[in-house]
Amino acid sequence: MTQLALIIDLNVCVGCSACVTSCKEWNTSGPAGFMSDENPYQKDPTGTFFNRVQTYEVGEFPKTETVHFPKSCLHCEEPPCVPVCPTGASYKRKLDGIVLVDYDKCIGCKYCSWACPYGAREIDEHQKVMKKCTLCVDRIYDENLPEAERKPACVLACPTNARLFGDVHDADSEVSEMIRDQGGYQLMPEWGTQPSNHYLPRRKNKITIHKDELVRVDNPLNKEQKEHHKPVDGSVLDDSSFI
Amino acid sequence: MHPAFSVIFLTTLIGAAQGLFLALFSTQVYSEFELLPGIGDTNYYGIGAAISLILLIGGLASSFFHLGHPERAWRSAACWRTSWLSREVIALPTMMLAVFVYGIIHLFGLDSIAFTHGEITLSTSLFVGIFGVVTTFALFICTAMIYACIKFLQEWASPLTVINYFLFGTASGFTLATALASYLGLQEHILFLGGWAIVLTILVFITRTASLYRNSRIKHKSTMQSAIGIRHNKIQQKAQGAMGGSFNTREYFHGKTAMFLKSVKFIFMILVFPVPVLLLSTSLNNGNTEVLIAAFVIQFIGLLAERWYFFAQANHPQNIYYQTV
Repeated sequence: MTQLALIIDLNVCVGCSACVTSCKEWNTSGPAGFMSDENPYQKDPTGTFFNRVQTYEVGEFPKTETVHFPKSCLHCEEPPCVPVCPTGASYKRKLDGIVLVDYDKCIGCKYCSWACPYGAREIDEHQKVMKKCTLCVDRIYDENLPEAERKPACVLACPTNARLFGDVHDADSEVSEMIRDQGGYQLMPEWGTQPSNHYLPRRKNKITIHKDELVRVDNPLNKEQKEHHKPVDGSVLDDSSFI
Repeated sequence: MHPAFSVIFLTTLIGAAQGLFLALFSTQVYSEFELLPGIGDTNYYGIGAAISLILLIGGLASSFFHLGHPERAWRSAACWRTSWLSREVIALPTMMLAVFVYGIIHLFGLDSIAFTHGEITLSTSLFVGIFGVVTTFALFICTAMIYACIKFLQEWASPLTVINYFLFGTASGFTLATALASYLGLQEHILFLGGWAIVLTILVFITRTASLYRNSRIKHKSTMQSAIGIRHNKIQQKAQGAMGGSFNTREYFHGKTAMFLKSVKFIFMILVFPVPVLLLSTSLNNGNTEVLIAAFVIQFIGLLAERWYFFAQANHPQNIYYQTV
């Protein structure tokens, strides 16, 4: 079975929001219709987005760290939003595990958004249907695109390569390897939703140096500088043995 | 959660309608087994069923205001295998049909004897009523389970939610039935129905207090740490990914102060429980119709406040991602 997903590397995300804008650009011009906005160029702009980057400050000054946290639909393996949908508009594809909304069937009751603990779903205030990340399903299978571009728009846009796309069920895929080797984790594991998207933690390269490692014990220079023993005045223990 | 008035009216109106129908049916059962005198020529069942149907239609109509695409509402019966909302969409019209048939039988005097055994005679409407009761219970369970089945909305995910929905509905329905019986001058029925209305109101006072107590001590499973996966006690949100707010900042927050919330709780605790019980108990013997209607209206207004509080109190885990709202 295939489960396509995104891996988001918090270690390299710089919070530039290129993934947000490229996502909006691709999906608002897609066949599924635009993603509407309210007051886009005025005070209090608001609108529909599939992906947002949030920023958190971890720790207390002066020991703080800024974490940029991109947040989109996690394409759960056990999506709680799917069974609650009364019309079947919300579904998980068997083919590749992508959770999608059929905009023609959605009645806009918002129940699925209540049933998502991550707040990944947003209603389009003009089209009155529920929208969410599609993993650019209209792009990743498009054979008119060169193979290297058959990836979600956000992945292609990321300048620091903080977003990786692949099959998390394939043990040998790049993303599975990253999850295994770099400590990939899931959000809110307590609800058993098994998100397919994984996050890679902040990783710091630290080495521990012990004091004795700073001094080279077998330093040849030490040998050369060693002074020879001068003869001791008077009798020593060795002398007495001959008596 | 942001309390939507469409859903508040839906749940309170159909709750009262369901309770009223159960009251009508219990009266009929008691009458048929001669535990209560008959209703004479008052058409109590027919009028009651009509009121119940009007309330159900009102609830259904108000639920449409919650939908982005009401014209597609027919689709929502499709996923009854998995969705409690879909089950409710089936249970509600089924109950309406049962109440409609039950009302027609009584209003137009179409009732006949369906079953005779010795001295026992059972009428056709009684069997229609049994079907109606089954659909009423199904509807209560569906409506409440819509909320109780979302396990991470911990304030709702409790059997108390189902019990409360059932008891609130029956309490207000029996109060309404008492007022109706009084209007039609059925003195002995006032005592029966009003007595049950008081008992149900006291019962729901106990169970709602229990759920309020439970919710006040609730320990939320999700934390900032589990939400973003960073193990540090001090995490502050600096940006939430939207300048002028988003669906996430509007749908999941009630947007009122803690003081407002507390006031609403105080209001419904007064209007739903002590006031109707007082009004009911003072007018059970003299059958004062105005007072009994007032008891229902006051309790219903209280229930609107109760439902508002029910929604506002639920804290969605996604709110963790929107700390600065």
